[in-house]
Amino acid sequence: MSPTQWDFPVELCCRPMAFVTLTGLDVVYNAVHRAVWDAFCANRRADRVPISFKVLPGDHEYPKCRPKRTSYEWYIPKGILKTGWMNKHLNLVPALVVVFYELDWDEPQWKEKQSECATRVEIVRQSLQGRNTKVAVVLIQKKTPLPPGEDVIASERAAALCNACELSGKSLFVLPHTDHLVGYIIRLENAFYEHAQTYYYTEIRRVKSHKEFLNKTTHQLLFVRHQFKIAFFSELKQDTQNALKNYRTAYNLIHELRAHETNILEIKTMAGFINYKICRLCFQHNTPLDAIAQFRKHIDLCKKKIGSAELSFEHAAWMSKQFQAFGDLFDEAIKLGLTAIQTQNPGFYYQQAAYYAQERKQLAKTLCNHEASVIYPNPDPLQTQTGVLDFYGQRSWRQGVLSFDLSDPEKEKVGVLAIQLKERSVVHSEIIITLLSNAVAQFKKYKCPRMKSHLMVQMGEEYYYAKDYTKALKLLDYVMCDYRTEGWWTLLTSILTTALKCSYLMAQLKDYITYSLELLGRASTLKDEQKSRIEKNLINVLMNESPEPEPDCDILAVKTAQKLWADRVSLAGSSVFTIGVQDFVPFVQCKAKFHAPSFHVDVPVQFDIHLKADCPHPIRFSKLCVSFNNQEYNQFCVIEEPSKASEILENLTQEKMCLVPGKTRKFLFKFVAKTEDVGKKIEITSVDLILGNETGRCVVLNWQGGGGDAASSQEALQASRSFKRRPKLPDNEVHWDSIIIQASTMIISRVPNISVHLLHEPPALTNEMYCLVVTVESHEKTQIRDVKLTAGLKPGQDANLTQKTHVTLHGTELCDETCPALLTDIPVGDLQPGQQLEKMLYVRCGTVGSRMFLVYVSYLINSTVEEKEIVCKCHKDETVTIETVFPFDVAVKFVSTKFEHLERVYADIPFLLMTDILSASPWALTIVHSELQLAPSMTSVDQLESQVDRVVLQTGEGASECFCLQCPSVGNVEGGVATGRYIISWKRTSAMGSVPVISTVITLPHVIVENIPLHVNADLPSFGRVRESLPVKYHLQNKTTLVQDVEISVEPSDAFMFSGLKQIRLRILPGTEQEMLYNFYPLMAGYQQLPSLNINLLRFPNFTNQLLRRFIPTSIFVKPQGRLVDENSIAAA
Amino acid sequence: MAVCIAVIAKENYPLYIRSVPTEDELKFHYMVHTSLDVVDEKVSALGKALVDQRELYLGLLYPTEDHKVYGYVTNSKVKFVMVVDSSNTALRDNEIRSMFRKLHNSYTDVMCNPFYNPGDRIQSRAFDNMVTSMMIQVC
Repeated sequence: MSPTQWDFPVELCCRPMAFVTLTGLDVVYNAVHRAVWDAFCANRRADRVPISFKVLPGDHEYPKCRPKRTSYEWYIPKGILKTGWMNKHLNLVPALVVVFYELDWDEPQWKEKQSECATRVEIVRQSLQGRNTKVAVVLIQKKTPLPPGEDVIASERAAALCNACELSGKSLFVLPHTDHLVGYIIRLENAFYEHAQTYYYTEIRRVKSHKEFLNKTTHQLLFVRHQFKIAFFSELKQDTQNALKNYRTAYNLIHELRAHETNILEIKTMAGFINYKICRLCFQHNTPLDAIAQFRKHIDLCKKKIGSAELSFEHAAWMSKQFQAFGDLFDEAIKLGLTAIQTQNPGFYYQQAAYYAQERKQLAKTLCNHEASVIYPNPDPLQTQTGVLDFYGQRSWRQGVLSFDLSDPEKEKVGVLAIQLKERSVVHSEIIITLLSNAVAQFKKYKCPRMKSHLMVQMGEEYYYAKDYTKALKLLDYVMCDYRTEGWWTLLTSILTTALKCSYLMAQLKDYITYSLELLGRASTLKDEQKSRIEKNLINVLMNESPEPEPDCDILAVKTAQKLWADRVSLAGSSVFTIGVQDFVPFVQCKAKFHAPSFHVDVPVQFDIHLKADCPHPIRFSKLCVSFNNQEYNQFCVIEEPSKASEILENLTQEKMCLVPGKTRKFLFKFVAKTEDVGKKIEITSVDLILGNETGRCVVLNWQGGGGDAASSQEALQASRSFKRRPKLPDNEVHWDSIIIQASTMIISRVPNISVHLLHEPPALTNEMYCLVVTVESHEKTQIRDVKLTAGLKPGQDANLTQKTHVTLHGTELCDETCPALLTDIPVGDLQPGQQLEKMLYVRCGTVGSRMFLVYVSYLINSTVEEKEIVCKCHKDETVTIETVFPFDVAVKFVSTKFEHLERVYADIPFLLMTDILSASPWALTIVHSELQLAPSMTSVDQLESQVDRVVLQTGEGASECFCLQCPSVGNVEGGVATGRYIISWKRTSAMGSVPVISTVITLPHVIVENIPLHVNADLPSFGRVRESLPVKYHLQNKTTLVQDVEISVEPSDAFMFSGLKQIRLRILPGTEQEMLYNFYPLMAGYQQLPSLNINLLRFPNFTNQLLRRFIPTSIFVKPQGRLVDENSIAAA
Repeated sequence: MAVCIAVIAKENYPLYIRSVPTEDELKFHYMVHTSLDVVDEKVSALGKALVDQRELYLGLLYPTEDHKVYGYVTNSKVKFVMVVDSSNTALRDNEIRSMFRKLHNSYTDVMCNPFYNPGDRIQSRAFDNMVTSMMIQVC
């Protein structure tokens, strides 16, 4: 954009830097000079001193200095600040002029060169006549200089040169053209900088010195001017603190000026400049709050200084610029590291700038609405001779006039007219939109989504005014949903109204229809008459006619639009617009509701579509159709306008296909579900309502799922909370709020009409063939076909149960691992009504615990629904939990031949194995057979015959067996010696003969076998008799490979007398046996202790009598002496 | 006194909104709506504070050239927004605070009405009168 009169001049906005000119450099043809110049200008980063350099020829003419005024007495200033002043000091009048000259100290023609140099300096001095500008000389030398003091010629010649050029020694520099050029340059420019600062310091002093000549009455403007100049020079001097101070003073002074309509623009312009400088410096000093405070003060002071009412748009433009400039400053400060907050960020200033720009537009619209016949005045009052103004903020046709009276009212009028006409050509919308988009960018950054939306609405509206309807629609459409989701209907309606206008003016059919639909809806806050107008337009559009223009539209634009619409009409063809309603709030509401959450397959599926229109007039629709996830049902759920042929029915259908505002209309749909869909969900995926003619223009309102739009979920929530009593309605009508959408239903199978009974005797016993009798009885009215039985372990239980459960239909043989846990689809055949059938199942459970068994009977039956023959598959299932228990417990123990418990057995010495079977079954058990299978290491002493064959055990009863075994010496085996297996074959006593016998195998425990050195066994009768001799023979066997020394003694007993060796010591050879014979003579009857035999092995001290007692009896039953058989005595007893 | 008073639901839709110069209604609606940005931000900052120490009054939300917007949020996250003319310097923070308290009391009365369904637009006459009284009090 080209700068307008309101933009700040460049010289105001830039950062003032000391101005230094370089002369005597030929940067075009001299490579050395070029290098020097490049070193000056390249890489001017922040660490370099702030100087702006310029290369000028040595004889350049600088602006002439006006002769010094000796007195201000008769001087009357014509304005505050000359337009050229800032530029003059930034770019024209240098603080320092540097003369570059190539001269080495050992130059042979020194004299000539020296005088040439002096001439050059003189020329520069001439053109700077009257200015305080400093002059410095830089000698470009080829040789590296010697350290100071060493080169005598150099110091001499330097002094001479200074003399010739009338320079102080501080202003003469040497620039050796060697490797370290940049380093030298930096040192040089630092020196220049010091000179420049001195220059600006003297300038400040010079301006200050004028002050005393001024008086308050005539020189008020000068006070401001001087203060401004001091501040500006301070800035050039980089003394920002003082600059700020002086700007502040200048600002205060400017508001002390007498303001009048004629000079108010000048005052505001200058105030704006100074304010800009102050704010800029405050931000630079990192005191943003000061900047904001100054700006607020500035605005408050100037807000009311409107000036001429005819040119009030100028004030608005100025205000807008103030805000924009501050926004820019703020934004720049943020880029340099300042942090802004949500409530204080540049966005607000841009927004306000936009607001004033809008005001400017409004004012310009009312003030500049001249007739077309009014022509721009000639000569142009806005043209000045020089093309620019002399002073900032003055009127071109009366520059320098200070009088408050208008000397030439005619000229004034022409001037105002010229400004007004010029304002007409300003593209306000562009300015406003730029400002708004700046603000949007800021608010986006500072988390103000709503502010952003608001500004985007304004941008959209501005685009609308600027007749850029496409952009307007794009913006409005973008923000609409924000207002919709938050439920700000008033705001949404206002946006929609603008959007509707845009779409009308562009003849955008789809948009036009969409916005109309929503403006007619319940979210719109429009009045009824407006709604009815929109509805009429909508109907027109649907009937392929042009709508009436929207109110308050630009007349020209309406004309264009009408043509566009006419084109649309002539281009008539079939045009279908599908509009998804879930993102907005249309004027027709829809709710679909299945009558039940599930339907049996043999009854028709029924659902209602409820429609309600919110528009002011009744509206007709042409078609209503429903789509499902299974598209085959779609065809059954369509309501359509009948074809033209059946005109007779017109009245009737019109009634049906017409939505009356505010009334809920219900449409009932019915269809028969497919048998394949049993167990599936039927879902309404969408409901389409077609408005208009399908052959011409029509709109398809498409509800996803069972209806509902952008606002309905919130409404439903509110309705569910409400306790309000709804007024009673006639029977066939319902309250809209009370309808709850139910968009899906399940299809479930027909209710079975059979009974399934299970007969069995729980609990099951481990491993038995457990019998389960299934009885199926049909109660159906017709024959059922294809009856199938699925039975077994219910799936979904512990996986181990599946491994250990087997089901079979054949009970006569034991089932093995190959049998499955679940028998599926056993065909059973057909069943006539009332017929029943029985099926036996056998289950074998390998482990104890409870199991769930499933019996599932399925069958087919023909059924008629809505005159449609369908084959229904029905099923019925029964589950039963069966506990499995052990049939019996088996206990095994080892005992000695004396029935004493044995922890270990002795090699070659017989012992007893005892088994106890204890029935745990609640049912009687028959032990068919039992068998002991010995391990090879065991031998039996006698026959291993079963002692419990055909024993019937009732609950809790037990059966025991006893086997005498012997184990040869095996040496030391870890963990003992295997004994063998005990196999019990059994069945339920109640089971039929065909049921197989179950063998339960019990692995017998291992036994520890130990060797003993000496085995003693006794031969003695089973009983003795008092006073009858009782012979006892002890056999002592040596089981070792050693000769055993044995000490034997027999202790006397009260109950016996005995004969034999009482105490003896003898030797037994390895593997041999020694017999000891005793004759006991019992003296008393009853259980009597035998005289105890003590054996002591000298080689085996561990062999004790304790051990010995295990093998030999310690007591014997002694019978009393019998009488002679006497028959009488018995009789007498 | 106030030029616009609004009650905003927890879900940020308006429950009640009234402004005095009715011709500029839309402007005030926008102003109240945009102020919710600041309310949201302040509430989320408050959320970290202890519940019982929470100050319901949010203070000045943001100043515009001509108006000042104040905010207040109840414990159930219902927001009250009040727009005051910038030129009205008589209204200090304390007055605003007490006005909000009055508004809150009146709102509580509305909520206590068994026939009022929370979340519906407020149509109570008593509340309306209260708001009117706060709007036309001597400036």
